[in-house]
Amino acid sequence: MELTIHLYGITRDIMGSSKKSVQLPEGARVQDLLELIRRDYPSLAELKSLLVAVNEDYAETDVVLTERDEIALIPPVSGG
Amino acid sequence: MIEITDQPIEVQSCIDAVQSERAGAVDVFIGTVRNHNKNKEVVRLEFEAFDTMAVKKMKELADEASRRWPVEKIAIVHRKGVLEIGAIAVVIAVATPHRKDAFDACRWVIDTLKEVVPIWKKEIYENGEEWLEAHP
Repeated sequence: MELTIHLYGITRDIMGSSKKSVQLPEGARVQDLLELIRRDYPSLAELKSLLVAVNEDYAETDVVLTERDEIALIPPVSGG
Repeated sequence: MIEITDQPIEVQSCIDAVQSERAGAVDVFIGTVRNHNKNKEVVRLEFEAFDTMAVKKMKELADEASRRWPVEKIAIVHRKGVLEIGAIAVVIAVATPHRKDAFDACRWVIDTLKEVVPIWKKEIYENGEEWLEAHP
């Protein structure tokens, strides 16, 4: 399946675009997505944290992803 | 009143939004852009937000604050885009019957906002820039 990943802040800078498409097998979980992008973009490992938001909520690593989900990478937040 | 905006924040409109006859106190936190950070001179800030999720998380903060304290009304407004030194980045206004709860709830909301709401701040210096909190 093809997932569209929305990118913000430093992850957008690192990955060079505000959206990226990634290919993962059906049934893939948040953990699989993180492993894939960390392999393709090793400097993501230097971040203090990297979370995944699925449909506007922070998702645990065992959440199963589908093509209908709105998926975003959330690097360390710094609002306020 | 829970918003992400790319326009200057009007403090009075935030205060007006929490007016309540049951409130004996309104506490207002105003976060502003300062000209230095960790010995570096800051020229301006750029805020970026995942707008829809940020508003959703700010609403959850307002709901949670209302569970923890007797909140009559609450306003949370955060700016995005380019902000010059002295500009207002965030305003939180909390109305409660008594002042202690207004102070406590307002502090909890700004502290928690900084931890969970998907907004990112980039500092621009004379010769460089940096996304804050990104690296250990």
